[in-house]
Amino acid sequence: MASHGIKDRVAIVGMGCTAFKEHWDAGVDDLALDASNEAFAAAGINKDDVDAYWLGTAQSGMSGITLARALQLQNKPVTRVENYCATGSEALRQAAYAVASGAYDVAMAVGVEKVKDSGYQGLNAFPIPSDGTTRTLTAAGSFSMVAPAYAAKYGVPMEQLKRTLGRIASKNHYNGARNPRAQFRREMSVDQICAMPNVAGDLSVFDCAGVADGSASAIVVRAEDAHRYTDKPIYIKALSFVAGNGSGLMDPAYDYTWFPEIAACAADAYAQAGITDPASRIAMAEVHDCFTPTELVLMEDLGFSERGRGWMDIEAGRFDLHGELPVNPDGGLKSFGHPVGASGLRMMFEAYLQLRGEAPDDRAISSISGHRNLALTHNLGGYPGEMVSFVSILGPTQD
Amino acid sequence: MVPEAHPECDDPSETGLASKSMRGIISYGAYLPYRRLDRSTIAAVAGTGGGKGTRTVASYDEDTTTLGVEAARRALRITQARPGALWFSTVTPAYVDKTNATAIHAALRLPGDVIAADFGGAIRSGVAALRAALAGGPAALVVTADIRTGLPGSADEAAGGDAGAALLVGDETDGPVLAELIGSGTATDEFLDRWRTPGDIRSKQWEEKFGEMRYLPLGTTAFAAALANAGIEADRVDHLIVSGSHGRANKGLVRKLGVPTDRLVDDLTATVGSPGSAQAALLLSATLERATPGQVIALVSLADGADVLLFKTSEALTGVVSEASVADQVAAGRPLPYGKFLAWRGVLTPEPPRRPEPARPSASAASRNEDWKFGFVGTRDRTSGAIHLPPARVSMDGGAIDDMEPVPMADVAGHVVTYTIDKLVYSPSPPVVFAVVDFEGGGRAPIELTDVDPADVAIGTPVEMTFRRFFTADGIHNYFWKARPVRTAVTPPPASTVDSNKGA
Repeated sequence: MASHGIKDRVAIVGMGCTAFKEHWDAGVDDLALDASNEAFAAAGINKDDVDAYWLGTAQSGMSGITLARALQLQNKPVTRVENYCATGSEALRQAAYAVASGAYDVAMAVGVEKVKDSGYQGLNAFPIPSDGTTRTLTAAGSFSMVAPAYAAKYGVPMEQLKRTLGRIASKNHYNGARNPRAQFRREMSVDQICAMPNVAGDLSVFDCAGVADGSASAIVVRAEDAHRYTDKPIYIKALSFVAGNGSGLMDPAYDYTWFPEIAACAADAYAQAGITDPASRIAMAEVHDCFTPTELVLMEDLGFSERGRGWMDIEAGRFDLHGELPVNPDGGLKSFGHPVGASGLRMMFEAYLQLRGEAPDDRAISSISGHRNLALTHNLGGYPGEMVSFVSILGPTQD
Repeated sequence: MVPEAHPECDDPSETGLASKSMRGIISYGAYLPYRRLDRSTIAAVAGTGGGKGTRTVASYDEDTTTLGVEAARRALRITQARPGALWFSTVTPAYVDKTNATAIHAALRLPGDVIAADFGGAIRSGVAALRAALAGGPAALVVTADIRTGLPGSADEAAGGDAGAALLVGDETDGPVLAELIGSGTATDEFLDRWRTPGDIRSKQWEEKFGEMRYLPLGTTAFAAALANAGIEADRVDHLIVSGSHGRANKGLVRKLGVPTDRLVDDLTATVGSPGSAQAALLLSATLERATPGQVIALVSLADGADVLLFKTSEALTGVVSEASVADQVAAGRPLPYGKFLAWRGVLTPEPPRRPEPARPSASAASRNEDWKFGFVGTRDRTSGAIHLPPARVSMDGGAIDDMEPVPMADVAGHVVTYTIDKLVYSPSPPVVFAVVDFEGGGRAPIELTDVDPADVAIGTPVEMTFRRFFTADGIHNYFWKARPVRTAVTPPPASTVDSNKGA
């Protein structure tokens, strides 16, 4: 068994990201094209310079043709990947490994999702023929079970925990308000958020990710070639992925206060990057705040907070835009929106902006200094007890 | 004209109080849905109708098949005897063309050599299935269930009731007979009292007096024939049950049978209503719960004729305790607003949830997973003891492959570990109350709760499993199991289904 990783062997040299919103006037082709063109321009290349493509889309299209047709790619290998809500990250992971292997010089990952053509709110999975015994619960309902379990295990009064969850949403709205590409750009106070009616457990719609259309993309090359394309490459330190076996759904030992897949994924990512003390190296994180209790638990699963103390660190402002470790400075899924196949790459886009010093002034983080200059992105898919997890670690310099 | 009634004497054992070869009722089980409609709430909405008392209302996730399953589970839990045939009777089958009894058969995990078939269509088919079972052959589980409705404000809407009732019928060689058939009589006639065109939600009835005039002589004739067949007098009857959807005829007949009026069994119309083809078995079950050994029970059914069955209870009745008595179930009900009643019966169509409707379940996948879907049977890793719900080939604990044994979980008690109220998910009756349930002795399943108000559920709430219809898509009913709070005393599951040494 080995997870060697590809630390400092591959670099991101150009990225693109559309606005995430209800794009009533843009289809999958438009979104993928816009995000791709931005990345091509950033890297100073065109579509023919890319040797291979990976398209991440959960359910907005089948096969690589979805991208090949949109961009009119001629005789290119294009692979469509899907891994729940971690689909965009998975596309980048495949592209990076393809370059690291030496098979290609330049590879591109494009994540896209057109969710607003369904006519329904929220995300709606393709029905796969089944025996009809599968769970009857939304993702919101599933993640809502985390809050009471966490409150009970750590003795946090539910009223307090509800405030903490509201604070997570409020922080992400604050950050999103400073992001012109974000879906929701209005600041919301904790009081406003806590006054909303519940839709699933103790969660209101303001505890849930925005549902948006959008696309994001990244071009990767071997690290030694990176400066041919940009003065500010972002080096990949780690790419980790864990697909859970679903045992949390039927194992009475699982208590809904943590996500074992994520803890394992984070440990692997830190090992790939050679990080023993995350606090001393990680200057920012983009995490999968699909619901506010998720972000709370992630702070502990990713090793940012001790078990049972994440809520205190949140209340202390540690993860605020100008806190010690800014989390979701772009607004996160909550405020930026969540086009499933694009979200993982969107997280990397924010890391790319912040590490390159290109984030707008009003949301530029101030936590990067010296050796503490890495960004972590965390992307998950699935439900408590049955999820996939992705963690990347990115940096502006090679170690 | 009223035909002559024929005492049925084909089997010589049916003659006389003390027969040689006993055939009769080996066990019984009744199931009343949890919800009650207060009849006094009807007129305010419908402008007319209603009345006093309550009626039972099957939940939105129940149909006659699921009502039948719940009743049959109870009947089989209080006996070791097992049927060789399953006869299911209802006026309102979930399917036609396709047999409904096979789903009950699957939920009960009966072996493949037990025939399962439907007796359908008419109210009389309930008592007819019972008569068929009593006529001989293998031990037969007679399952009856009905969901009665009518147009808003109608007499039928208020007077009807929803219920399931099951009787295991057999010989002494099949198991201890609680109530032996000692005589029977029947009378059949063709006349129009109550009718319904298939597909209609309502029945129609001819002028009430006409039916009454027809039923009374049929009833007295069949009753006299049964007494003669049994060789007893009317005053020997300790419990007189009169069932039938013609309330006036039922009442009128009682006065003509010569049975002292204090022997009349409460027909539950004030609390349950009249549950069509399930009424006879329901009232017989309720009577068996109260009867003592050596008593005579007369079951009179008026439905397109008259059927009379006379039973004598045996010593075997002593010590039989049904886990959820009819009286307890009557008392355990919870009110349902009239608007919900109308919506659940499809009379009122509220705005559906703005979510995609679920896809139809796959017939082949359902068939492959029959034990799980219909029987709630998981698997247990023989090495680690870990219980897998749904069943698995590879163990989550240790990775052993194909070293699992089936573990039936439908009768295993559980409790709520954590739960949520989901107002977003598709449901025929939102919101969905959903819980993670841990089972006593091991095993966990995330599962929907039913028969529950959100305020009733808490971490630790004890629950039991119940067979339900989740939704219908493309005309396919999606059956599976939900959990509901335990509201009646439950006997511990058989030792074979719980291994306290195993499980996480």
